[in-house]
Amino acid sequence: MVIDATRMKDLGDRLAEGEVKGRSLWADARRRFFRNKAAVGGLVTLALVTLLALFGDSLAQWSNEEIDFTIMGQAAQLGQPSLENGHYFGTDDLGRDLYSRTLQGTRISLMVGIVGSFIAVVVGTLYGAISGYVGGRTDQIMMRIVDILLAVPFMFVVILLLVMFGRSLFMLFFGIGLMSWLNMARIVRGQTLSLKHKEYVEAAQATGVPTFTIILRHIVPNLVGIVAVYATLLVPEMILTESFISFLGLGVQEPLTSLGALISEGAKTIYYGTTWQLLWPLAFFVATLFSFFFVGDGLRDALDPKDR
Amino acid sequence: MFSFILKRLAVAIPTLLLLIIISFLLMHAAPGGPFTQERALPPQVLANLEAKYGLDQPLWRQLASYVWGIVAHFDFGPSFIYKDRTVNEIIAQGFPVTLTYGTVSFVIAIIVGIGLGVAAAIRHNSWLDYLAVGISIGAQVLPNFVMAPLLLLTFTWWLRWLPGGGWEHGQWEYMVMPVIALSTSYMASIARLTRASMLEVLTSNHIRTARAKGLPEHKVILRHALKPALLPVLSYLGPAFVAMVTGSVVVDFFFSTGGIGRSFVDSALNRDYAVMLGITILVGALTILFNLIVDILYGWIDPKIRY
Amino acid sequence: MMNKLLLTTVLSVGLALPAVAAQVQPGETLAENQEYTYWLLDAIKSMDPQINTDTEGSGVLRALFEGLYNEDQVGGLVPGVALSHDLSEDKTVYTFHLRDNAKWSNGDPVTAGDFVYAWKRLADPKTASEYAWYMELMQVKNASKIIAGEAPVDDLGVKAIDDHTLEVTIEAPLPYFPKMLTHASVFPVNQKAIEAGGDKWTEPGNLVGNGAYILKEHVLGEKVVMERNPMYWDDEHTILTKVTALTINDENAALTRYLAGELDRTQIPAGQYPRLKEEYPDQAISVPQSCSYIYMFNVDKAKGPAALQDVRVRKALSYAIDRDIIVNNILQGGQAPSYNWTHAATEGFKLPEIDYAKWTQEERTAKAKELLAEAGFGPDNPLKLTLNYNTSEAHKKIAIAVQQFWKGVGVDLTLNNMEWKVHTDKMQNQDFEVARYAWCGDYNEASTYLDLFTSYSGHNNGKFLSERYDELMKESKTAADPNPMYTEAEQILADEMPMAPIYQYTKVEMVKPDMRGLGLNNLMQNWYLKDMYRVAN
Repeated sequence: MVIDATRMKDLGDRLAEGEVKGRSLWADARRRFFRNKAAVGGLVTLALVTLLALFGDSLAQWSNEEIDFTIMGQAAQLGQPSLENGHYFGTDDLGRDLYSRTLQGTRISLMVGIVGSFIAVVVGTLYGAISGYVGGRTDQIMMRIVDILLAVPFMFVVILLLVMFGRSLFMLFFGIGLMSWLNMARIVRGQTLSLKHKEYVEAAQATGVPTFTIILRHIVPNLVGIVAVYATLLVPEMILTESFISFLGLGVQEPLTSLGALISEGAKTIYYGTTWQLLWPLAFFVATLFSFFFVGDGLRDALDPKDR
Repeated sequence: MFSFILKRLAVAIPTLLLLIIISFLLMHAAPGGPFTQERALPPQVLANLEAKYGLDQPLWRQLASYVWGIVAHFDFGPSFIYKDRTVNEIIAQGFPVTLTYGTVSFVIAIIVGIGLGVAAAIRHNSWLDYLAVGISIGAQVLPNFVMAPLLLLTFTWWLRWLPGGGWEHGQWEYMVMPVIALSTSYMASIARLTRASMLEVLTSNHIRTARAKGLPEHKVILRHALKPALLPVLSYLGPAFVAMVTGSVVVDFFFSTGGIGRSFVDSALNRDYAVMLGITILVGALTILFNLIVDILYGWIDPKIRY
Repeated sequence: MMNKLLLTTVLSVGLALPAVAAQVQPGETLAENQEYTYWLLDAIKSMDPQINTDTEGSGVLRALFEGLYNEDQVGGLVPGVALSHDLSEDKTVYTFHLRDNAKWSNGDPVTAGDFVYAWKRLADPKTASEYAWYMELMQVKNASKIIAGEAPVDDLGVKAIDDHTLEVTIEAPLPYFPKMLTHASVFPVNQKAIEAGGDKWTEPGNLVGNGAYILKEHVLGEKVVMERNPMYWDDEHTILTKVTALTINDENAALTRYLAGELDRTQIPAGQYPRLKEEYPDQAISVPQSCSYIYMFNVDKAKGPAALQDVRVRKALSYAIDRDIIVNNILQGGQAPSYNWTHAATEGFKLPEIDYAKWTQEERTAKAKELLAEAGFGPDNPLKLTLNYNTSEAHKKIAIAVQQFWKGVGVDLTLNNMEWKVHTDKMQNQDFEVARYAWCGDYNEASTYLDLFTSYSGHNNGKFLSERYDELMKESKTAADPNPMYTEAEQILADEMPMAPIYQYTKVEMVKPDMRGLGLNNLMQNWYLKDMYRVAN
């Protein structure tokens, strides 16, 4: 999993210049984005996955927690995908419907990804913008703190948090969000430094607008491009992190599930011939991650076309 | 340069201290202790145990004597669960294992990843390019806890080519599956990064100039294109290394390699305070060291950067 | 006057046959290869008999050390270092007669003094053994005071009359005392080796044992390797030459490796037994094991939920669980559905007539609905409860099924999965409503189970309180035949339902067909490597 730091920086430079040109940047970007087949494909897939996750339940004949007692315990023989008994994706070992479980797992995974990256974006943007705008000693101290925190093995801290305070969706969001605002803060700070000396900011300063208002009104809106790209690329990373936490058995509580939890269960029983228990959730997982990558890359290329 | 390194090392100490304090407090905030068992220990027995391991002391004193032990004697204390062993011994046994398969995975990921990325970029839009892109995207999102059982099923059960686990002092056949499981997704990421930045560099002005001078293509690539193209790859290596340490949990879990990844998760679950702190510090120190090395390399490749 | 006593008939048979080691049956030929590899879920935590706490460690310790008595293939006592014992008239002084040919792996003779040293070491607060309470459980004189630091260690009621005579004084008669001597925590240790090795005495090379095997290699998280101990008194009857225990954290991976021929014995994951039995009928086995699985109700007046104070509610919850589905469709390993607490195969134990055990599930469910309605719960006022269980695939599956069963009678159950330490901590502080619990017998006698629900037990986490029950259990300690009391105590549990019994364990394993002497019919599943061998097919 990777977010290309160098290219993020290039993008930042480009967007800082772009401010002068105003609205046409976004119009251009949109045009370029929709010419990028991979990005559009990703966007369509993502829309489909989301629609299915949100509304697919109306097609389900079983809820995500109901046990089909006629299949329970014989999943390998009777649990394969079938239209007749209403288990389109088959069942898990207990005879629960994999179709509705996969949809529900997708909802949780998307939510973890989006909320986690939202936390990272909010905290990172504010932190970075304040640090960069205020500058001087404050900036130095704030960035030194980020440097220190970057050296902390955060996955370990997340594991600790979940072990210590028990598992809950909140802790999961909190832990995952905690891991990822640092890089965001760095990028935003760099961006803010170059925005700081633009005329409109200096004009606002001259008319005595309070610092925090300047940050919120003038700096943050101009960070939208870079933040959007970063956030899109962060989502798949969050989803992957959650899947690892689920593998460790520290994920969401039953009967809820996540794609990571379903995959890790499916992978452990792959020896017993119940391949559909791995393949369906894995397909959703891979499709979702791909789409976010393509959309994120597409957004970046659209905003920062280089010499293509 | 030298003062830069010194400065970074000076920051490392408060960082590690902060890390120790955070982990220490989190651990002690957790319900249950190392001696919490299904069969509750009689209070007297528990008291004897706590006295022996110093857990009856106030927290700040435990923390202080722990830190003092490290500073003064490089002693990370005894394990509360593996009572025959000290933390130093557990790390001395597990860390070389993790380091060995980690380094091999890392080197393979870098070499194959860069090779694949460069090849794909040179043969842009050829079948090789599509294949490389396809493989690298697929491998990137396949979690290693899916990969590990699949490898086991294929190579141990089905083909019977490789032993299903163990370490045996690092014999190669015991290392194959751990290395594949660990390196694949990083290899894929590196390939993707290399390809993207190589494509960019190849269209840049200085490459055009080099070609115009009539240099043979392989020299253009090796002398002029590769170095700048590797910058984004380099900045990725720091985080990748840390992620690999985390990934070693999965390797130890499925392949019984006996590395420290598994010990970390175990010690957190068992409340084996000292082992957990010891490994956290080790990983923290490695992270700092690794980021430093990456920064130095960065300066070497890109002379524009000043410290 | 002392009366000479033979332990059990089994022991006397054991005495008649000098070959207590591997007993190759007539018609069996030994295989060339006598190496054996088995599966461990986790690394062995300690090789020190007085420090070890878990069953996996005990398995290894039974190979590296030998206690006063061993168990035979069905769990009867056979001589170990002790050949026999006398019991005083008041049944509180045991005199053990030790064999004179037992040796440590360094060549020293094993003496009564080694046992005295080990037992004192177990009780000594300085050792801080987690199993120090085992000395109390055995009621060895002054053990409690020594552990509490109120008496010097030398006051422990154990002494060496001479090199081959050991005398143990206990505080009150304890009918099953000899059975407790096979536990690893009361194995002898070699003082010289411990003092020479210090903290490192359990490392391969340093470790001195009196068992049939010596430790060759111990790599945490990877493996333990043991080889024959030529000094062992019965080495000529020991057959396996080299034994390896491999740590594999994932039981599915372990099974794969078994099928690839890397292991000779491994556990079968829940739900896989029927398939494997069909495919490998001579390798998949399922034998009873002395453990009992329950859902404990918190009936503590202050901390438990009000609804669980009502016996009708507790009964309804227990009735509504379809145990047949749990054992037949989830676990699928020949486990027995359970309607009581003590493992049914426990020696001498007789089950009371438990009414609901004989009903059909429809009857039970109907009764459950009726009782809940009587207690004031119904569709408009559903009972809401939380179930705590610790992280494990099988616990999770059972919890999910029970959630559905209880939903059927209008109970709204929230599942709360937590990791082991948190689960245990919450249980021990009565911070739960319903909690998964399991107990494995320490010895083959019903009191190992039934003592748990006395008000003075340290493990009665649900705080069940019944005076009659306490009385019965106290009386049983000195009774000539305690079994009728055990039966009555079980009846009280069925009437009061402080927990819902769910199932009784079996050991479900894959074992290579040429392995013999595994002690599979030993309910405690205590096996001895010295008894095992491979036959040629």
